[in-house]
Amino acid sequence: MAKRVGLEVSLACSEAVKLANVDVIAAYPITPQTHIVEHLSELVADGHLDAEFVPVESEHSAMSACVGSSAAGARTFTSSSAQGLALMHEILFIAPALRLPIVMAVANRSLSGPISIWNDHSDIMAERDIGWIQTFAENGQEVMDLTLHAFKVAEDHRVTLPMIVNLDGFILTHVIEPIEMPSQEEVDAYLPPFEPQQKLDIANPISMGLVGVPEVYTEARKAMLDALEKSYPVIKEHWDGFAQQFGRQYNPIETHHVDDADTVLVTMGSLGETAMTAVDEMRAAGRKVGQVRIRLWRPFPSGDFLDAISGAKTLVVMDRALSPGADSGPVATEIKSLIYATGGGPYVADFVAGLSGRDVTREDFKQMVDKAEAAAAAGDPMTFEMWGVKE
Amino acid sequence: MIEVRFHGRGGQGAVTSCELMAQAAIAEGRYAQAFPSFGPERRGAPLQAYLRISDDPIRLREKIYHPNVVVVLDPALLASGAVKDGLKEDGVLVANSSKTVAEVRGQCGYSGRTAVVDAAVIAQQELGVPITNTTMLGALLKAVELVELDSLKAPLDARFGRLAEKNLAALQRAYAETEIEE
Repeated sequence: MAKRVGLEVSLACSEAVKLANVDVIAAYPITPQTHIVEHLSELVADGHLDAEFVPVESEHSAMSACVGSSAAGARTFTSSSAQGLALMHEILFIAPALRLPIVMAVANRSLSGPISIWNDHSDIMAERDIGWIQTFAENGQEVMDLTLHAFKVAEDHRVTLPMIVNLDGFILTHVIEPIEMPSQEEVDAYLPPFEPQQKLDIANPISMGLVGVPEVYTEARKAMLDALEKSYPVIKEHWDGFAQQFGRQYNPIETHHVDDADTVLVTMGSLGETAMTAVDEMRAAGRKVGQVRIRLWRPFPSGDFLDAISGAKTLVVMDRALSPGADSGPVATEIKSLIYATGGGPYVADFVAGLSGRDVTREDFKQMVDKAEAAAAAGDPMTFEMWGVKE
Repeated sequence: MIEVRFHGRGGQGAVTSCELMAQAAIAEGRYAQAFPSFGPERRGAPLQAYLRISDDPIRLREKIYHPNVVVVLDPALLASGAVKDGLKEDGVLVANSSKTVAEVRGQCGYSGRTAVVDAAVIAQQELGVPITNTTMLGALLKAVELVELDSLKAPLDARFGRLAEKNLAALQRAYAETEIEE
């Protein structure tokens, strides 16, 4: 086993990008940026990473530069957060349409206003439908591992789609914790050099980004959708390959004590660890509580999710973003829609918690489980509650 | 698992202290977590930083509400009362102050194990600046053997380069000069 080093999680992401030997990093280097690209710019400037670092004047330009470099056949990385991600918005749709395997780390943070720099998922939920593959990390090791996995999946010729690794801002990005650093040889064995399926090449000219008139637009979108759906087995295959190479197994849906659980907590991102400890403490107190962690958000692993919750009577879904005007947060909306198709299923209690970095503690999870079980028993309507609102 | 909460002000290096300790513990093959109280870093504003050290993997992302140890970098924060919030009765308070242990206890209202050192004077003399974060690690280590002193040397080198030696000297002097009362 490789030795663990104490490293800030942002830097673990940068080191993974360095180990992936990227060709181009284009990023807006100022707030709301993280240490991820700051460290990458140091690695490039100091000669430790042979890549082009393009410090652009906005995130809109960052994603545009990434589209260009990926189209030219370069392994391409960027990172952003919050309002910066929002400024990329219109270009984000272009990357999967052009089938460009860009990898991006998103340090999930609140969108203003009020002005906030803290963690929640409102930035990425606003980009739910851009057509990128999306995973969520729970800790620093996962950030490193999922970043390497992202290049492997995105560039696979059966996929050729861009991919986002989500990591909670501050709650992960600014924490020092133990990270097992793989060696360059191990990474090289897992991740071969990027071989683009097609690229902009003056010797063999092609056109990319053409007009999709009404007669072909629908078919072009269908083709992209098919590619996203077909990425699912490849994502799993490369997690299995990752386990063989590095000894750590990942799955689209991770479970903890679900087999005999009446009530199952559903988390995505860094809440998963505190929730897991809360579940262990509730188990020790004789409660039949389990946990499901959503690691793969897009494409959503519907079958795996339904299997995981098949025995549950009550789900306690954690949403870290609001969907104003809707009946639930984005994660619970997804889950309710899935469960509806089964014609039965558990009661779904939805809590919007941890907005703008508000702490969600073990005690909070226990109280949410109590409240959800009571609501299920009373047959209360399945809406959502904003957790911990001060009266 | 041991939980430590640092109280300082922006610019005093509380976050760095936690990071150095976490790196030292991880280098010893243990598990650790260091994180700030996540705000815009404003010089002079009171802030907290957190440190967990454990022999087992740490699966917690909540702040530290019931610390085993509290370290106070700025003497002016001792009177605020916030420093002893949630501090366990069998815990330890480690304070930078020119006052006696009895006086510090009176200021902050904590009656448990208390360690005091005049870190500002040591830092001024050893480092030439009144930044007490590395100095206070000496007091912390004397009060609680969280890591081996040797394990801190590499993180200090990585962080401070040619200034590492002076920081280590300040840390060791604080270790020697810290007064502890049960």
